[in-house]
Amino acid sequence: MDARSPRGAAKSGFAVPQVPKIALYLVGLIPAAWLFYHGINDNLGADPMRYLEQSLGLWALRFLVATLAVTPLRQILNVNLLRYRRALGLLCFYYAVLHLTTYLVLDQGLDFAAIWADIVKRPYITIGMATFIILIPLAATSNNAAIRRLGGQVWAKIHRLVYVAAIGAVLHFLLVVKSWPPEPLVYTAIVLALLGYRLIRSLYRKIAPQPRSPRRAA
Amino acid sequence: AATLETVKSPLSTDEKLTSLQDVTSYNNYYEFGVDKGAPATYAKTLKTSPWTVKVDGLVGKPGEFSVEDLIKSSTLEERIYRMRCVEGWSMVIPWDGFPLADLIKRVEPLGNAKYVAFETAYRPEEMPGLQSMFPVLDWPYVEGLRLDEAMNPLAILAVGLYGERLQNQNGAPIRLVVPWKYGFKGIKSITRISFVEKQPVTSWNKQASDEYGFYANVNPNVDHPRWSQATERRIGEGGLFVKRRPTLLFNGYAEQVAQLYSGMDLRKFY
Repeated sequence: MDARSPRGAAKSGFAVPQVPKIALYLVGLIPAAWLFYHGINDNLGADPMRYLEQSLGLWALRFLVATLAVTPLRQILNVNLLRYRRALGLLCFYYAVLHLTTYLVLDQGLDFAAIWADIVKRPYITIGMATFIILIPLAATSNNAAIRRLGGQVWAKIHRLVYVAAIGAVLHFLLVVKSWPPEPLVYTAIVLALLGYRLIRSLYRKIAPQPRSPRRAA
Repeated sequence: AATLETVKSPLSTDEKLTSLQDVTSYNNYYEFGVDKGAPATYAKTLKTSPWTVKVDGLVGKPGEFSVEDLIKSSTLEERIYRMRCVEGWSMVIPWDGFPLADLIKRVEPLGNAKYVAFETAYRPEEMPGLQSMFPVLDWPYVEGLRLDEAMNPLAILAVGLYGERLQNQNGAPIRLVVPWKYGFKGIKSITRISFVEKQPVTSWNKQASDEYGFYANVNPNVDHPRWSQATERRIGEGGLFVKRRPTLLFNGYAEQVAQLYSGMDLRKFY
């Protein structure tokens, strides 16, 4: 299945230096380590809990965007980062877990009545929770065994849920701020561009089938 | 910053003060950017001296008041007030200022003056937030009070905090403090005060009228449409492990202000 074996990797395009995937995980978790270190030392400004909560959420969104950027980068710029996509997606999930944990434990102090009220009454919390729930099966199947078990096509179908998660994530961001400040708008624009690119490409391929697919060509 | 001479006030709370560092580094002042740290970084460019406040509209004695003259002609009081932001956090701030009512009496409002409108300086060259490609609000910032609210002894014009002249990020050189209302009512760097007959169109109310009412009284029972107002986080309390505390009706100033709203449905007039 091509989700695992990057076809174009050896071919051409920019030579992306190959680094061990574990390095990406380690580098990707540096912001979390930095945040918790400074948080524990009360060094995150006047409102440290909120800073931690928002920063972790933002990093989850950044890794989600990075995950979504892998395919367009390969198709448009011929930069192949496919071998890092799983790590980027899982980093998104790890940050989402930390973000949610911060909300539940530090922000709401595990006051489950207040949390439940938030979930049912506050659309940004409802959407945030739903987005997190969508990420769970994606993270759980981000391993070779799951791809083998499910088969490539089913696996790929499940993982298209990431598009829904991306929309949920930027909606969650837009709904938590006052007025329309630039940052969530910029992330929304990036997500819409990354999803719009896929939509346009798939529509285009439906209209003009590529001779590349041998089955269709025959 | 010049040190101010003040007298104490019985209207002050004895709660633990929020540190000067937090009060001067965690601000909402969108003329300088939407991040909490942006005002402390960028507000230095605002030229606050000389500064005059134009008082006009339905008054017998309109005029231009220099901030220095206002300070000289007033007995400044230290007012230690709770400050509750509409976003769900709060502080305790020792303001230095004088009752808004003092200035109002000086200009002699006419009988048909029902509201007081305030305006913040509009200076794009000194306020980077005004040059943004995404204007967050319809500038200049406008706020307003009903005349009887403005006359309430709790309402002050602050020129300092912690005994020093206001820093720019806190609304130098002169700002409104109305502690029973959400923080955004406390308009900063005031250049104009107008007495009018009709309720002024205020900035946040104009931006999203279902979310930010004209009254904007602190009320734990009336939620912001997108988040709860039942609790708040006191800045500087507990660090990462901050405990939420219940928000009080009128931010705990019901005794002084509840009569202003008797008979009004606070869910309708939020």
